[in-house]
Order: sequence, then C-alpha cells, then structure tokens
Amino acid sequence: MLRPENEQDLSEIIRGADGALRIIGGGTRGVGRPVAGEVLETGAMSGISLYEPGALTLVARAGTPLAEVEEVLASEGQRLPFEPADMRALLGLSGTPSIGGMVAANASGPRRVQAGACRDSLIGVRFVDGSGTIVKNGGRVMKNVTGYDLVKLMAGSWGTLGVLSECSFKLLPVPEAQATLLSDAMPAAEAVALMSRALGTPYEVSGAARRADGRVGLRIEGFAQQVGYRRDKLREALGGAWEVLEGADSAGFWRDIRDLRAFAGQGGDVWRISVKPSDAPELVARAYCPVVMDWGGGLIWALCDEGRDLRADMGSFSGHATLIRASEATRARLPVFQPEPAAVAALAQGLRARFDPRGILNPGLMG
Amino acid sequence: MEMPQPDATVLAKRDRIVTRLAAVVPPEALITDEAECRAYECDALTVYRCIPMAVTLPSSTAEVAAILRICHEEGVRVVPRGSGTSLAGGALPTEDSIIIGVARLREVLEVNYPDRIIRVQTGITNLSVTGEVESDGFFYAPDPSSQLACAIAGNIGMNSGGAHCLKYGVTTNNLLGVTLVQMDGTVVELGGAHLDAAGYDLLGVVCGSEGQLGIVTEATLRILPKPEGARPVLIGFDSNEVAGACVSDIIKAGVLPVAIEFMDRPCIRACEDFAHAGYPDCEALLIVEVEGSDAEIDEQLGLIKQIARKHDPVELRESQSEKESQKIWLGRKSAFGAMGQINDYICLDGTIPVSSLPFVLRRIGEMSREYGLDVANVFHAGDGNMHPLILFDANKPGDLELCEAFGADILKLCVEAGGCLTGEHGVGIEKRDLMSVQFTPEDMEAQMRIKDVFDPRWLLNPAKVFPLDVSAARRAAA
Repeated sequence: MLRPENEQDLSEIIRGADGALRIIGGGTRGVGRPVAGEVLETGAMSGISLYEPGALTLVARAGTPLAEVEEVLASEGQRLPFEPADMRALLGLSGTPSIGGMVAANASGPRRVQAGACRDSLIGVRFVDGSGTIVKNGGRVMKNVTGYDLVKLMAGSWGTLGVLSECSFKLLPVPEAQATLLSDAMPAAEAVALMSRALGTPYEVSGAARRADGRVGLRIEGFAQQVGYRRDKLREALGGAWEVLEGADSAGFWRDIRDLRAFAGQGGDVWRISVKPSDAPELVARAYCPVVMDWGGGLIWALCDEGRDLRADMGSFSGHATLIRASEATRARLPVFQPEPAAVAALAQGLRARFDPRGILNPGLMG
Repeated sequence: MEMPQPDATVLAKRDRIVTRLAAVVPPEALITDEAECRAYECDALTVYRCIPMAVTLPSSTAEVAAILRICHEEGVRVVPRGSGTSLAGGALPTEDSIIIGVARLREVLEVNYPDRIIRVQTGITNLSVTGEVESDGFFYAPDPSSQLACAIAGNIGMNSGGAHCLKYGVTTNNLLGVTLVQMDGTVVELGGAHLDAAGYDLLGVVCGSEGQLGIVTEATLRILPKPEGARPVLIGFDSNEVAGACVSDIIKAGVLPVAIEFMDRPCIRACEDFAHAGYPDCEALLIVEVEGSDAEIDEQLGLIKQIARKHDPVELRESQSEKESQKIWLGRKSAFGAMGQINDYICLDGTIPVSSLPFVLRRIGEMSREYGLDVANVFHAGDGNMHPLILFDANKPGDLELCEAFGADILKLCVEAGGCLTGEHGVGIEKRDLMSVQFTPEDMEAQMRIKDVFDPRWLLNPAKVFPLDVSAARRAAA
C-alpha cells in the first residue's frame, strides 16, 4: 500500500506510478465500479492547517479524519453545514471517514435542502493530478471567482481526476436548538406534497424526509425562541397531527436519515436516486420497493433485490440513479453511475484524459 | 491593455460571414452597421473599447447554435454578452469577433413552486426573476448591485454574488441546471431540476467560466421562500479596525446575518449626499441585516447590539420602519453611482479572510497616501469581499495608469493576505494579467485544460481570464 506523508510525496508517488492506483481516504464509502490497482491511501496526510472561527473557515489535509474536524469545530460551536453521512453501517465497512473521501464523494446529508451540498461549502482544494502535478484552486475565502472553478469539479469526482491533498470549507454556527415535527405514516405522493409545502414556508425548514415507515420529519433549527416560534407556525401552516421531537431525539432522527440506518444490515442492493421532488412519487411507485426519501423528495434511497437493474425498471426520468451498495459482480455488470448523453460523456472523457492522461487514477470507477 | 492581433483572414471574409449569419437569424437580430455596433464596443468597464465585426441577437437556443456553428466553421471568435454590465471587461469585443447577445432570450419557461425552481431564458434580468415569483412569496437570492440591469446569462458567466450571499450563497449555489451551446453548436443539458450532478459537476465548472466554455441560453434556478421580514441595524465606529473586529465577533457569536456591509468615511459621505439614507458621519459604518419574524429579528439584533456595544460604537441605530430599511439599503446600493457623480473611479473586487480586514484596510490607507489617490471602501464584510473604489481624474494625463497600478497593488495585497483577486466581478480583461500573482503556471494549466475540452480552438470570449503569454501556445495551435 502506498501511503504518502505529504503533498510532495503524493506528487512523487503518482509521477512514479507505473500502473493503476486505487485511491482511498478512510475507505468508508466504497462506491463505484470495482477498481483493480495498487492502493494509495491518504491517511498520513492529516491535520487541520488553519481554522478561523471568526471567518467561518477551516482548511484541512485530505487524510484528516472527519471526526477530528467535527470535534474541533464543535469546540467553537461551529460545523460543516452539509451534514456529511457516515456510510459505514450501511456499507458494512470499518475505517475512519476522511475529509478527502467526503469531498471526493460530495457527501451531503439532509441539510442539503437548506445549506447546500458539500460542493457548496467547499471553497478551496489542493490536489495532485494523474501526471503528478500539484494544483490549487479556490482558496480560503468564501467569495472567489478568480479563474475557473475546479473546486466544484473535484467534489464528487471520486478520485478520478486527481488525488486531493487539502480542502477548505466555509462553516456555519451550530444553532442553539432544534426540533422535528413528525407526522403519521403517509403515502409517498402525500409526503412529497407536504414536504414541498413545508419547504415553501418562510420557517427555514432544514430537513424534510420520509422514513422507510412512511412518517415524515421536518426539522427547524435556530435560537431556542426562534425554534419554538417556527415549529408552531409550521404546524399551524400545515395542519394535521404532529409529534414533536426536541433536542437529542430530533438529532437522532436526522442521524438515522443521514446514515440511512433503516437499510443498514438489511439484505439487498441500495440505489440513490436524485430527482425533481414532484417526480419522486411516480418513481417510487415504479421502483416498488422500500424507500427512504430525503431532500423534500429530491433524493430517494431504494432498497431492492440483489442484482436488480432498478434504473432500467424505473424507465426514463429526469435526474439520475447511482448504485450505492451491491456485490462486486453487480457493480461490474450494471453502470454504477447514470450513463450520460453522448455529448456530456465526451466532455467528461475529455476532462479525464487531460487530468489523468495515463488513466491511472481509480480507472473505471465512474464507468 | 494588450490584445491579440486581429485575425486578418477572418476580417477579410467579413462579408461572407455576415451573409451566412443573415441566413440563420432574422434581419432585426443581426447588426452590421459600424455605428450601431458601437453600442456594443464596451461593457461597464468603459476604459476599454473595441467595435466588433458584427452583433447577433438570437432569440432561441437553435439560433444560438446556428450562429456558433457558422463561427466555428469560419474560425471566428465569439464574445458572449449578457446586459453588458461587467465591471471586469468580460464582454469586451475584439475587432475580429462576433457578439452573441442574449437580450432577446427573455422568456420565463416554467415557474414551479412545489419544486422551488424557475426555468428562464438567460437574457432575463436578475431582478425580474424575483419579480416573477415575488407576489407568491418567493425570491431569487443572488442580488448583485446591478440587478436591475444585469442578465442571468452574465450572472452565470461571472458567478455573480451580491450583498446577501453570506446566508444564501452566490450564483453557483443557486443554479441547478443550464442549457449550454458549445462553440461547435452542440447543445448539452447540464443538471436540471434535481439537486446534484450525475457525473462530474460540469455545471459548477460552467458557472463562473466567463463565457469561455459555451453560451448558456436557459437556466433552472432555485427560488426560496421570502423570509417573514428583515431589518438592518446601522453601527458606526471611529476606526476601521474596530469595525473589522466587531464583524469577526458577530460571526463568532453564532448569529448568521444575511448581510454585513462595510463602508468607510469617504464612501459614507458620498452615499449620504446621494441617497440621504441618514448615515452617521463616522470613520466606519456597518449595515448588519437579519431576517425572520419580528420576535426573531429582535432576538438576533439584541445579540448583535450587545456585541457592538463592547466595541464602543459612535452610533447604533436599528431601522424603525420598512421605509427606513429601504433607505438604508438604497444608500449602500447606490454607492458606486454616488462615487461616480463626484469622481472617476475604478472599482476593485478582491476578497480577503475576514481576520485580515484591519491590516488590509490600514495598508490600503498607506498606499493611498503613497500614490496620492483617494480610496473609498465599500464591501461585503461578512464574506471578506472588498470593493475599494480608487478615485482619479480621467482628464489628467497619467492618472488612469497610476490608478490601475494602485489597483493592482491592492489586489496583490489581497492575495498576500490569503485572499483572491476577484470575489464576484470576474477576471475578464481587467485582472487577466494579474492571474499569475494568485496562480502558479500549473494552476492555470489545469484551468486551461477545461477550456481545451469545451472550446478546443479557443474561439469563445478571447483574450480574457488567462494572461496572453500563458495562453499563447494554445491559441497559436488552435
């Protein structure tokens, strides 16, 4: 296993590589087509290089454990806004989630609907491309339009365009309080309509999900008085009967949604479907299997029979489906990522050819 | 400003190119008369001007594609243009270029409240997007000062920001999908109404690429429910340093204002004379705005005022009415216009880490004395995006050059302080030659690879973003 100590080291290793490399951070998000290659693990490039609470910014080396960052932020009452998931239970993996892996996966949890995705909070990257060249883009300030935005490109590129060495983030304060309104079980169509109404109110709903059991949760965060006020206004605006979860109960509800606990330890394949919320009920019907819905319906997690081509079964739709958990055989047989229209695929291919001309970084992972 | 040699072959076949264009757009959408083309010779960075070969104003994606196909075949450079409000010269033509303006692409294609999106053609102005959904309680968050005039196409090209992005982000955070016409006329859909990219985040790459990767004809934008209310507080200080420290403390305290705006004395005076916003006469003024219900606003402003008091403000005044709030914002938003009435100026746009604010402001003050040119500072303090306005006299020989040198020094200072050259205006022509201050050759090489993929012949929006010597080999090979 290759384990670079620092960016320079990483650059030399990649430059000197004579075959495919399988890039891993903590190895806790094993998504994508199986990759054959020597493992390059980033864990030794660790540590927070800069944290300025007064500027809401943090810079950390890619191998830094996510937990370490979260702990440091918590000590100043701040957090990463996008609520990155811990996929270990779902995927049956151990290991330590890293900052770089989180960014490479663009891992964004329930707060995506309000605070944006990982890519929206990511304000700078340093990485080493497939030729061993060190590249920086963005920086440590939250408003920056200097040159092209490779920061967004790197988020969600699964280590296929470069190996991240350092990432900078915009942060948010942790609100004083939170509460969740929890409905009775309801069908998907009704749930999406309800979540859409909630997200259309001015009460700043920061999570809108439908659990596998059909119950809808709506989260409010803020100062204590604010949360109480918004919770009541929201309940009033939506009508119906609601259970209220406060504090740790509310946090627990969202941790379960974020990490998809409902499907952890359950047999079957897991698909992640990103879609326009109002199209979601129809897709849920076509999928005809247990689902968890997040992002107000814009994200569907589906648990289906092993080896089933759920994407094909859902027919054509606007959005995309990713096979998150399946056997190696299934992941080798079905495209893990949504096949792209020819013109878009040509652009992606062109980028890959230029950033990794030898095709050695996680080759084939994204298809 | 150095520009590449006009392509003589292209100039020589101008008539043929115009004839071919006339076959794909209606007569009213093709401007070839030199006097009429002159209206497009510059954008809001008026010191640089050049009359293009012709101007096209297509009204559909198909027309844009047809024009681009012709230009691609003929090897003609193309300059995309929104409303021409770029402060960086992003829409400056070259002599051998065709302008593709989006002014006639003005349709609202879909307003969808359940999914909280609006789909528009990109010639529509920023403010009219909000105008479209406002009566139903929604708004489009990015709010550049030029929002009355600037087009969504330009907002996407430059990844425009505004005063409220501390809470709501900039264009890229509010853009879900685009229809992009590539230089060879290929039309691609990137993103859509869903929240994340399918493969690589090409949408994120296109946003802020200054019209160099393609022309965006349609966009799906996120709309948000309007907050119940918003209220600003004015906080005056007798020093810039203290105001900067106050900003940092507010942020650290866990309040998230939607905006924290900062003005220094020259700017406060000019704005007050112009808009009569009731600004106090002091060294530094913060406008801090929070949102929510009345009770929520009271709670947040209470905390902010408590923090401000620790810094001995010379003025601490909460807006008492909607009318007063509007006046306060009118003052701030008319800052550039107000300065323009009393002086010629250039407006900078560097961003710095908020923690460096006092240091950078002090250095700018010192440099102002060294150069003998006055500076007025107005900026988005919450996110460190500065807008120093350097005042000069356009009629005085050498003053502009002096002013530009001073500007370059300020931007270098921003980079040294850990920031960047441009926070929301873009590089354009203006900061092109400063790119190497912020980026290594390898950093720029990585960016130019993107251009190679989307526009292999380097025909789109030429001579912008990358220093000419850095892109020379690519342009020569194309």
